[in-house]
Parts: sequence; structure tokens; C-alpha cells
Amino acid sequence: MPNVIQYIIRRLILVVVLMWIVSMVTFAIFFLIPSATGTSPAVLFAGKAPTPDTVKSVEIKFGLKDSIPVQYAHFVEGIFVGRHFDNGADKSYCPPPCLGFSFVNNQPVWNEITSDLPVTLSLAAGASIMWLVSGTAIGVLSALKRRSFFDRAAMGLALAGVSLPIYFTGLVLLDLISYNWQILPNVHYVGFTDNPLSWARNMLLPWISLTFLYAALYARLTRAGMLETMSEDYIRTARAKGLSESRVITRHALRAALTPIVTIFGLDLGQLLGGAILTEYTFGLIGIGHLSIDAISRQDLPVIMGVTLFAAFFIVFANLVVDVLYAFVDPRVRYS
Amino acid sequence: MTDIHERPALSPTAFLDVRDLRIHFATDDGLVRAVDGLSFSVERGKSLAIVGESGSGKSVTSLGILGLYNKRNARVSGQIFLDGQELVDASPDAVRALRGQKMSMIFQDPLSSLHPYYTIGWQIEEAYRVHNNVSKAEARTRAIELLRRVGIPQPDKRVDDYPHQFSGGMRQRAMIAMSLSCNPELLIADEPTTALDVTVQAQILDLMQDLQQEYNSAIILITHDLGVVAELADDVVVMYAGRAMEYGTVSDIFYSPEHPYTWGLLASVTRLDRERSERLQPIPGNPPSLINVPPGCPFHRRCRYEALNGGKQRVERPALEESGPGHYVACHLPVEERRRIFRDEVATLL
Ligand SMILES: Nc1ncnc2c1ncn2[C@@H]1O[C@H](COP(=O)(O)OP(=O)(O)OP(=O)(O)O)[C@@H](O)[C@H]1O
Ligand code: SF4
Ligand SMILES: [Mg+2]
Repeated sequence: MPNVIQYIIRRLILVVVLMWIVSMVTFAIFFLIPSATGTSPAVLFAGKAPTPDTVKSVEIKFGLKDSIPVQYAHFVEGIFVGRHFDNGADKSYCPPPCLGFSFVNNQPVWNEITSDLPVTLSLAAGASIMWLVSGTAIGVLSALKRRSFFDRAAMGLALAGVSLPIYFTGLVLLDLISYNWQILPNVHYVGFTDNPLSWARNMLLPWISLTFLYAALYARLTRAGMLETMSEDYIRTARAKGLSESRVITRHALRAALTPIVTIFGLDLGQLLGGAILTEYTFGLIGIGHLSIDAISRQDLPVIMGVTLFAAFFIVFANLVVDVLYAFVDPRVRYS
Repeated sequence: MTDIHERPALSPTAFLDVRDLRIHFATDDGLVRAVDGLSFSVERGKSLAIVGESGSGKSVTSLGILGLYNKRNARVSGQIFLDGQELVDASPDAVRALRGQKMSMIFQDPLSSLHPYYTIGWQIEEAYRVHNNVSKAEARTRAIELLRRVGIPQPDKRVDDYPHQFSGGMRQRAMIAMSLSCNPELLIADEPTTALDVTVQAQILDLMQDLQQEYNSAIILITHDLGVVAELADDVVVMYAGRAMEYGTVSDIFYSPEHPYTWGLLASVTRLDRERSERLQPIPGNPPSLINVPPGCPFHRRCRYEALNGGKQRVERPALEESGPGHYVACHLPVEERRRIFRDEVATLL
């Protein structure tokens, strides 16, 4: 067991280092984009056709004239302890985790993110469970019934799933189920706490679209993994013990075949939590993906930075969770 | 009490009796005749060695006895009697019930044959619990006892180790412990010592012999190592291209071998009694593809004495015929001719 703790500590250190690097890269965006477009952040913040005075007061308030390392230090400090912005006349406080204020509506970036987060969370949580269960189940059945009609049909469908873009499947679903047949009309986001049933009904089509995409991939991976595992020597050993075929499959084959899926699942989920841009746009959902595109189109630099950092955090964190989980499922990782 | 030298080798009363076993695989390239008309038998308390070059069908034979072939592409015919019960036509469930209990197997490569995600103890307990209605605690006690029996130090601690935490020799011992968990009456060991150094090899073989004496089990030993054969086996089957070329007692095979292929194998081991663990590569050329086994004698393209057969070797498959009590040879050469060649030309080289 000390092995496991050491392992987790090593991973945690890696996470901190990674986040530090990501934060620096993200911070660089803040300066690179304006220098590429030729507009200073202060001008962007001050709004359309600002007077030189307004620009100046913005520069003072947000410390944009400080050296870049100092600005970075303040930025990091803000994340942990919050930040006071002050230019004498105009004061504002940004509580931790402070990612600055949106250029567009002067709201703390953190609030922008957290207000759009429930949509993203709902999308990711529901879809990931659906695709994980259906993808692996189909993959296992396909492998066990290799070359059967089921296998061929499932793999054909999976090929369609991985190759069709989400806006295509999403629009087809919307067109048929929502508009034509009126089974799930007027898809819009309803908070889970407001009405769980309505929440699920409205999320169903986005979930199905994402599931079609991801489950296809998972089915193919699981099938390949199962086929490989079933030809392993240790499966032969399990049979040689006189175990029933169902025990050989569940306790011996599945255990090994599903382990790599853990990794991929964690990473996919982490990525999805950083925003599902196409899905959100297809279904008119306002989540993190929508927020990021919106911010980019308006050159809302603090929001771009905030969302990037946030998405990166989910990916890095998902990596950590996956690594730790892996140590629990694969003893070879734990003891090396 | 029958002496092995006198009993008929294909005894209908033998504990394990394999008759005209054929195991063919349908593949994309054609029908692979991995085992093609093989017969032998083993008594309780006796050891039979199966020797032959790589690809001669040794592993397929042993897996076939346990019923571990893929029903989808394997075609199996012939008969396998284990303690009087026929296995080839038996229901898969009936064979499964015997597997791991009445007959068990030690596999060629212990690292890949053990499940990487489960502890050694768990895997042994599982083997024991399938066939015995016991509690987890009892199974664990049994696993520890077995590990102690096969010479694993501190078995009560090592029982919770994973396979990759064991050394090669320990894994092989664990594998043996697992296959012995239900006191099998037939133990098939497929190259149980290939990957091990000489000292560990000797220990493992001693162990198998001890256990055999204790439980009076029948052992089938598959090996490339003729030294091991000489030490451990009572009878020997010399296999080539899925068939028996020669079959007899250890002394038949080592002191009066009659088949040119056996001579080749023996010649590969210079100083039989001292040098061990040499792979057999003495005979010129390669074994035939099992998809296109040449008609007639499967060995004729590599046989030095091919010319003495008058063309028969190319068209007619030599039957496995008794040349002495319990000694069978599949060769067209007349018995006296074979004995003369061995005495005058071969024995001096060995
Ligand atoms: N499932 C299968 N499908 C097709 N061919 C097979 C199958 N299993 C085994 N074979 C073929 O049968 C032949 C005999 O294989 P086998 O493993 O019994 O050889 P062996 O005598 O054990 O060799 P080695 O000494 O290398 O272990 C080989 O040519 C192998 O390719
Ligand atoms: S039958 Fe002829 S070819 Fe075959 S082993 Fe005997 S002597 Fe050689
Ligand atoms: Mg083999």
C-alpha cells in the first residue's frame, strides 16, 4: 500500500507542474492575441471607440502596465486569494478563484463559467454513462459472437457512428424526433434541481447524439480488446481449471479487456467537461463550449483564458483520476 | 503386476487411452492436420514423454485431451478414454467437470498463463473451489499449503503476491501448485522447465516425481529435453507431423531406437547423459507444412534412408507396427534392416 500512496503523490506533483505550465501558456494568450490583432487588452476592455483617458484608467486598474512576470504573479495570486482592482476612482473586488473580469459584461469570469457549467456537466454525465454502458456491452457481445449477424450489424453501425459528425446525427435526431414527430419537442435546458424529469427529457437527444459518436468508438475498442484477451494464455488456464464459460468471460476476460477502457473513458470525459462545442451549438445549449466560442468571437480575453484554464484543469485532473484508478485495477502499475 | 516391457502399449484397460486421435483446424490457408492418427496410453503412476520437433503437434495433443480446443474451427475425431470414460464425444460440460480435477495441465509459459490482475493465491483458490465446495478461508489454507508443498518460501505471505512479483521458477511452481490443487489423476506438463535454469529445473522435476509417487498419478511430459526424458519417463512417443513415428519404453527409445527420425533426435544430443536443454535441430531440412503433409511417409523428404524403401515411402503411409513387445515403429524398412542400420551405422555415432 505505501506503494500506492507514493504513486499518487508522484502523480499529484505532476498535476501541479502541468497546471503551472498550462497557466503560463494560457497567460501568454493574453498578450499574444492582442499583439497579433494589434489591439491592446485595455482597448478591448474599454469598449467601442474608447477615449485615451478610459484606456488609461483601465490600464491602471488592471495593472496592464506592469511587467509580464508581475502581471502573471498577480493573476496566479488572484486564483488563490482573490484580487482587488483599484485605480483610485473605480474599485472592484474579484473573489477567489479570480480569473479576472469579462471585457464584455464586466462580470467575474468565474461566475460566467459556473453559470454555464451545469449544462456541460449534465451533457457529459448523462452521455458518458450511456456510451460507456452501451459501447462496452455491444463490444463484448460482438467479440463473443464474432462474425455473427449481430457483430456485423453492430460494427457497421459503429463505423457510421465514428464517421458521422455530431451536427449531422444531432440535426437528424432533432428534425425527426423533435420537429417531425414531436416526441421530444422544443429542446432546451432545464435545471436538474428544477425538474429532474424534464431535465432528462431535454438532455436525451444531445445524450443520444454523443452516445452514438462515442459508443461506436468504445464498441470497437472493447471488441478488439476482448478478442485479444480471449486468445491470451491465461484464458486457456482459466478454462483448464474447469471454470464455466460465463465465469471465464466475466472474471477473467472482461477484467482484462475493460481495463484499458478506463483510461480512454477518463480522458474523453475530461475533454467533454471542458465543453462540447458542436453538441452545444447543434442543440442550442449554453455550456462551457458555447462560452468559449462566444468569448473568442468577441475577443473577450479573460474569458478565453479562464475557459482554457478550466478545460485544461479537467483534462489534467481526469488524467490523474485515470492514473490512480489504473493503479487500483492493474497491480503491475501499482508495484512497479 | 505387469511390467511395462511386457504389457501391450495400446491397452484397453489403461488409465488414459488415446486411440487414433485426429485434431484438424480449418484455417484460411487450408486444413491444418496438427494431430493425425495418434495413439498411446498411460497407466496410473507412470510417466509418458512426448518428444518431437517444434510444431509436431505436442501441445495440440495435450490441449485436445483436456478438451481445450476451439470448437469453431477444430475438428476432432478418434477416442480418448480417461479411466474408462470417453472424452471426444462427451458433452463439453462433462469434460469441463473433469478438467482441473481429474486431469490438469501445467502450461508452457507460466507468466502468460497466469492472470496478471489476480494474486497467485486467488488463482489457486479459484482452481480449488470450482471442484470443491469449501469456504474462502478453507481454500486459502489449501492454497498456502500447496505453495509450501511446491517450495515457495513464506507461502502465507507470498500467497497475496501477483504473478509479476514472482520469479520465473516461482511462477512455474505456482502453476504446478494450481494444477495440483485438486489432486489430479492425470497431470500433463507441457515443457514445464524450458524457461528455467538448470538447478530450478531439477527441483521442479523432483517435485513432480514426488507428487506422482504420493498420488500415484499418470503424467504426460512434453519436452525438448531428452535428458529429462531419460530421467523421468517410463514410455516415450516420438511425434512427427502430428503422428507417432516411434513409441516404446525409455530403454527402447534410447538403446534400441528403430526409426530414422528418432535417430536424428538422439544424434542432436551429443553426450546424452551430460548435456541437457538443447533444442533439437539436428535433422536437415524442416518439418513439412501440416496443411500439405506429403503422402506416404511424412519424414521421407528428410530421411537418409529414403532410397531403401523402393518408392513406397512416397505413396504409402507406414503404419505404426509392433516390432517388439510394447515397441512400435512407423517405417517401411524391414525390422532386421532397421536394427542392422542402427547397430552398424547409428549407435556408434551416439
Ligand atoms: N488453433 C489452431 N489453428 C490452426 N493451427 C494450429 C492451431 N493450434 C495449433 N496449430 C498448428 O498446429 C501445429 C502443431 O502445434 P503445436 O503447438 O502442437 O506444436 P508443438 O509440438 O507443441 O511445438 P512446440 O515444441 O514449439 O511447442 C503448429 O503448426 C501450429 O501452427
Ligand atoms: S519409411 Fe522410409 S522414408 Fe520413412 S522413415 Fe522409414 S526409411 Fe525413412
Ligand atoms: Mg508446444
